[in-house]
Amino acid sequence: MNARALLAPLAGGLAGILLWQGLIMATGLPPFLLPGPRAVAEALLTHHEVLARAALRTLTEIVAGFVLGAGAGCLLALSMAACERVAAVLRPVLLVSQMIPIFALAPILTLWLGYGMAPKIVVSALICFFPVASAFFDGLGRTSGAHLDLARTMGANGWREMWHLRIPMALPMLGSGLRLAAVYAPIGAVIGEWVGGSEGLGAVMIHANGRMRIDLSFAALALVTLIALAFHGAVGWAVRRWFARFD
Amino acid sequence: MTTAVTVAGQVRIGGQVLFPPIRLALKPVGWTALLGPSGVGKSTLLRLIAGLPIGGMFEGSVSNRQPVALMAQDAGLLPWLTVRQNAALGARLRGERADADRLDGVLDRTGLTDHAAKYPAALSGGQRQRVALARTLMEDRGVILLDEPFAALDVAMRLAMQDLAAGLLAGRSVLMVTHDPAEAARLAHRICVLTKDGLAEEPSPATTPPRAANDPGAFACQTALLARLIAGVRT
Repeated sequence: MNARALLAPLAGGLAGILLWQGLIMATGLPPFLLPGPRAVAEALLTHHEVLARAALRTLTEIVAGFVLGAGAGCLLALSMAACERVAAVLRPVLLVSQMIPIFALAPILTLWLGYGMAPKIVVSALICFFPVASAFFDGLGRTSGAHLDLARTMGANGWREMWHLRIPMALPMLGSGLRLAAVYAPIGAVIGEWVGGSEGLGAVMIHANGRMRIDLSFAALALVTLIALAFHGAVGWAVRRWFARFD
Repeated sequence: MTTAVTVAGQVRIGGQVLFPPIRLALKPVGWTALLGPSGVGKSTLLRLIAGLPIGGMFEGSVSNRQPVALMAQDAGLLPWLTVRQNAALGARLRGERADADRLDGVLDRTGLTDHAAKYPAALSGGQRQRVALARTLMEDRGVILLDEPFAALDVAMRLAMQDLAAGLLAGRSVLMVTHDPAEAARLAHRICVLTKDGLAEEPSPATTPPRAANDPGAFACQTALLARLIAGVRT
């Protein structure tokens, strides 16, 4: 990204901070309801040790959840694409799994898996799983008829056709799914942290809220946003780097 | 063996007859051009010979069926493979190792040696079709099916590709679906027109293809074919 491309989002961020400060000055809201940018920056500095540890924890959950969810999504899409019968059985299951509100599932997962990292990773993986499986499966089903004709006249068997044609041709679609999943992964991790446990940025926010430390809550929120942005950027970069030539 | 492959029968799609009972016998050597209005089932006939699904009911038989090589209007190159790898796609899809010497020879004859390491995105339309031709040659099949292979090329490029293909595919049985009477008149030993009434063989020039673009016989044949196709549209 060059300097000019960075300018617009930076200007947007600056405008947001100015608006935020302006709102506080105009309405006279007390800091315990809406802290200003300065108070949040101070909270970031004062609590940097707690926040850094929590951020590392949350980032770990995000990455683990993403890898697990995306991996499972890919496997499911592949098995559905390889076997029509598997697809017929799994398609409704997949859809129903997305109808269950993940918020309602998080406490149950905490009950089953305890207060450690596991339930957070699972919530994140559950959210990531669907966009990856769905996009990749769609991509695998969209191999052009002309290429499939070519493969058949060349005497390719099903597996080679899958490996040399259908999978590479589906990679750009898989890339879209992965990018979407990268947006969802942090949401899953933070939901998991809200529901139970004492570590991670989600837990920091819940605790800070309980003690009316809105500045700390905002600082944690800012960090979550930053991590989510960076993670999305990293996944987007990797997708472009590895999948662009299959487009 | 006097015929390479013979199709006899009719095709129905959704209860409707696509074309009535026809019989097309390909000779072991030589080009057969297949003309006819759009939607009459020329590509379906090609797919029957190739053993590909046709999305309809075939009532009849294909005898002497043998492995074919297919080349279509869209070169169908894989963007992540180089020219060389694309030309050797068949071996890749069969899990075999491509014969490197033969591959070198085919790339040389199709004029692609200098482009062998390039990716399709860096090629012109004519070069892409040359890669498709190289890939077809690498398959080394007795029956070659061409589905409007040169339709997307400009006139000069089309003439050059026609000459190249005529030279490189000599000695094989080629069935070429085309919309262009001039192309049929230049390249074909036999010319067939498929209409909803059936398959009819039209006279082809007496000279040996590929004929020059200004060959009087080819020109007369082209004019006759054009009249035949226009008449087919009017009835």
